[in-house]
Amino acid sequence: MHYHHLILRVITKLLVGTIMLFAFYVQFHGDFSPGGGFQAGVIMAAAFILYGIVFGLYAVQVVFPPWLVHKVMALGVLIYAGVGVYSMMLGYAFLDYNAFDPGHPSHGQHNGILVIEFGVGVTVTGVMIAIYYAFAGRFPQISDEDW
Amino acid sequence: MEISFPVFIETSINIILFAMLVATAFAITRIDRLFAVVMLSGVFSMLSALLFVTLDAVDVAITEAAVGAGVSTVLMLSTIALTERSEQKSHRPELIPLLVCFVTGAALIYGTLDFPNFGDPSAPAHAHVGGDYLVRSIKEIDVPNVVTSILASYRGFDTLGEVAVVFTAGIGVLMLISGLGRRRSDEDAALVEETIENQGIEEDA
Repeated sequence: MHYHHLILRVITKLLVGTIMLFAFYVQFHGDFSPGGGFQAGVIMAAAFILYGIVFGLYAVQVVFPPWLVHKVMALGVLIYAGVGVYSMMLGYAFLDYNAFDPGHPSHGQHNGILVIEFGVGVTVTGVMIAIYYAFAGRFPQISDEDW
Repeated sequence: MEISFPVFIETSINIILFAMLVATAFAITRIDRLFAVVMLSGVFSMLSALLFVTLDAVDVAITEAAVGAGVSTVLMLSTIALTERSEQKSHRPELIPLLVCFVTGAALIYGTLDFPNFGDPSAPAHAHVGGDYLVRSIKEIDVPNVVTSILASYRGFDTLGEVAVVFTAGIGVLMLISGLGRRRSDEDAALVEETIENQGIEEDA
């Protein structure tokens, strides 16, 4: 298993970091270019899934253990809802980002959008990886001859 | 009628992409090996992503490429790994499904006849809040990507709901197939066995 597919393994090692970097770009540049939390989350998950496909489920679960994935899934929703609750605590409406910088509302909007998009990205990453683990965990090793 | 060069190019690209889409769909229906079918469905998603790009819906295109061509292909491959490698031949007559497909397709095409033209400024989608968002977004949110400002700010509550839906879907999949529930029931089973054994010992005594 671990001594063939040399090209795939080398290319994957090169690509995983690049895909993650692209995910962060789509995540944090989403205000200025196409993209946002949903897309970035899926791209980030794709990096882990690619690693899992090539190096095996166990290898990727060492990097990102399932219990952590399950926590991350919930963390994103909490970040998003937390922003709403925080704006309520500052005396504004739920998810009214003007609360974060009343003197300069568009700055508040920028900060709010950045944080909630991060929450979206975190949850989508977690859910996609968790679904992949759930499917792949049923039958972790498949020999090439099976196909 | 004179057709300008950009319009000609865009129309040709659309026709080529749609032709490839239809060809892929036919190939999917004809091939028995499910591995090839899954790969072709990834190709189908990739072609739809390209069509979204020609419609200037780049956000949707990124999503379609990442989810449709990327993650769901992997998930379908995992599913094939758990089940069969090739499609089982159906012995039922194929006429009725074909008829249903044609009737549904005809109904959908009939429905599009009522659509406004592509890019029509008086279309219902542009008549209500759409223009308002475009005018106010730069002043109020100051974010160049209006899609982001609508999704994340004007409709932030909607998006919170969407994230909750994604989260719930993830939980649902975990409950159904990850074995997290099974571990619990194994523990229960062990507990039941232990209780039975204990009772047996008591009865023996």
